Amino acid sequence: MAATATDSRAQQDAHPSGDERFALLDKALKRARFEQDQLVELLHTAQEVFGYLSNDVLIYLARQLRLPPSRVLGVASFYHLFTFEAPGDHICTVCLGTACYVKGAEEVVEGTAQALGVPAGQTSDDGRLTLWTARCVGSCGLAPVVVFDGTVLGKQTTDELVTHIREVFAAEDAAAEEEEAG
Amino acid sequence: MAKVIDLDDVAVQEAEARSRYRWRVKVCSSTACDASGAGPARRAVEHSVEEQGLEHDVQVVPTGCMGLCSAGPLVRAEPRGGQATMFQQVDPQVGADIVERHVVGREDLSQHQLDENLPFFTRQERVVLSNAGRIDPERIEDYVAEDGYRALVTALRMRPRGLIETIEASGLRGRGGAGYPTAKKWAMLHDAESDQKYVVANGDEGDPGAFMDRAVMEDDPHRVLEGVALAAYATGASKAFLYVRAEYPRAIKRLEQAIRTAKRQRLLGKNILESDFSLDVEIRTGAGAFVCGEETALLASIEGQRGQPRMRPPYPTERGLYGKPTMINNVETLANLPDIIRRGPEWFRGMGTRVSPGTKVFALAGSLQHSGLIEVPMGLTLGEIIEEIGGGCPNGRTFKAAQTGGPSGGCVPASFRDLPVDFESLRQAGSIMGSGGLIAMDDSVSMPEVARFYMDFSQDESCGKCAPCRVGTLEMHRLLERICAGAGTERDLALLEQLTRTVRETSLCGLGQSAPNPVASTLEHFRDEYTALLRNEPVGVAHG
Ligand SMILES: Cc1cc2nc3c(=O)[nH]c(=O)nc-3n(C[C@H](O)[C@H](O)[C@H](O)COP(=O)(O)O)c2cc1C
Ligand code: FES
Repeated sequence: MAATATDSRAQQDAHPSGDERFALLDKALKRARFEQDQLVELLHTAQEVFGYLSNDVLIYLARQLRLPPSRVLGVASFYHLFTFEAPGDHICTVCLGTACYVKGAEEVVEGTAQALGVPAGQTSDDGRLTLWTARCVGSCGLAPVVVFDGTVLGKQTTDELVTHIREVFAAEDAAAEEEEAG
Repeated sequence: MAKVIDLDDVAVQEAEARSRYRWRVKVCSSTACDASGAGPARRAVEHSVEEQGLEHDVQVVPTGCMGLCSAGPLVRAEPRGGQATMFQQVDPQVGADIVERHVVGREDLSQHQLDENLPFFTRQERVVLSNAGRIDPERIEDYVAEDGYRALVTALRMRPRGLIETIEASGLRGRGGAGYPTAKKWAMLHDAESDQKYVVANGDEGDPGAFMDRAVMEDDPHRVLEGVALAAYATGASKAFLYVRAEYPRAIKRLEQAIRTAKRQRLLGKNILESDFSLDVEIRTGAGAFVCGEETALLASIEGQRGQPRMRPPYPTERGLYGKPTMINNVETLANLPDIIRRGPEWFRGMGTRVSPGTKVFALAGSLQHSGLIEVPMGLTLGEIIEEIGGGCPNGRTFKAAQTGGPSGGCVPASFRDLPVDFESLRQAGSIMGSGGLIAMDDSVSMPEVARFYMDFSQDESCGKCAPCRVGTLEMHRLLERICAGAGTERDLALLEQLTRTVRETSLCGLGQSAPNPVASTLEHFRDEYTALLRNEPVGVAHG
């Protein structure tokens, strides 16, 4: 296949760090034919691949799309789903949509934050857990709803949620110990 | 080029394939039931079918939402030509029992059987959701067997004008919130002259407490695509975008897959069903901004910009995406189209009220015995929905108010039991239909606190472009915080009321114009709670 203009752009500007993840982003860029109006889609891909949007990634996207970096950051910071700091190993998102709110979700957030020592919207000091809130994850019939590492958990109480998270941590610790021992 | 699908062939084959099974066991595999453990339940059913050597007798079908999410995981066992039975709270053990004791042994599993004569089911009229929970959303054959894509065949034999006239005769109004007559919008795009026109399906579903459009997109994706194709054909658009919120990854996956399949079968893409009509369909994902549900903001977002609205006119049908005429329709609006074309406008008018014909899907949540997804004829009363379908409040609580329309809507008090739920009546009661979120609140809830909750949402979601909305919602939230904390004064309340009017009348887009609604409606119906707070008296009984 003959190299097109966009192909060569991807090659010549490939990220110098050699980070494999940029190759994934490059693929998405190519699929989007480097069209500037695909910026939001590409930001999604970048966040999926890297976990968050670092300055480095934003500047890379700006260069590839021939957009001013200010425009890329301006768009990214407008939307709530984009995050600019690395989240923890596990992400716990408590829904604060109306249905969950009237079923006491605020207490779940506060209780969990207190029990695990992670303020809402932040990551624990050991980088293990990020506690986020969201506005309706679309399972209102099961309110209050929590999404833990992508899995939807319905009808949650603070106790249930904290126990669940502690269990996940304990299982991880046990596995790590075993690995060390073996 | 790919071969055109033969709908009759597929439907006949599908019917034959189904009739080979003595039983079809449908397992709800929607997000809500999955969260309640539908995955393990389905594996138990499948395992049990295998163990009993019933693979040729019992077909296990994963389906979309069966509706009563609060009782999930749900399973429905349908004997060939017999009466189906529904099961609730199906864990792996019950899953195995359904096969071994119900299907094989013909026993009742009374404890887990769910009575389908509950008003929750019998009071519904399912059009948009007719396939949800009944078909496997990942198979186009399932949709075709339910007369899917027939409307498209019919439409392609009609003139676009004729199609618009049919929709006009049906009286269909937009389900995205405002209830604008769909045919009127179509006619505007049809009449617009341009080398390129666009149709956009609005699947942003921003109301935080609603999941109607999610269900339609996840559980019956081909219905959405057929609706989009019908709208595009009627208006002369050759490109369509589906704008779906990123919080719905499964909807995005299902739609992507459905687009690929439909293209392969020549139901989308170039020369659809060998006609001159071509339609390219692309998905665009939101990124968590409520304002992007507003049509001009949505268009900016598709163009890869900040999702900020702009002044109308010009309306999108004059100048929309990339400056070209564009029409935005809500997902549920589009999902109504196939049935209207197939069954005729008179049939559609036979449901609902004179000015609001048809049905409406509601996400029923909050303080209710039965919550989940329902579709009812327009004009059912609030009492019928809350008390009969929803079964009233649990734990001996008393129903106090229903919230409709989310952050743009209001709270209708329990005394409005007999209010018919349609576009006009809700507006008269100080709320709006909105997209279909319906949240029941009981006597434990403080209404000023609800207003504060929504104002917090609106000030957070205000895009910042115009000052009345940006500053006004912030100020209103501050006042509400003070009042709710028992530190408010008469002056605060007066200022709040004044701001309600200012923000409503001077904001640029629908977000700001409607953001004061929750405050205005609670002030109208529950003023005593505000004044109680001013006297520092408690409001709403604590959570039990
Ligand atoms: C702040 C705001 C949010 C909105 N959110 C949605 C939404 O989530 N889904 C939707 O279909 N319409 C939403 N709308 C309405 C759309 O602007 C538009 O009227 C609608 O999609 C048109 O479709 P319809 O005619 O089929 O109702 C919103 C409007 C405003 C002002
Ligand atoms: S409000 Fe929490 S899932 Fe909808």
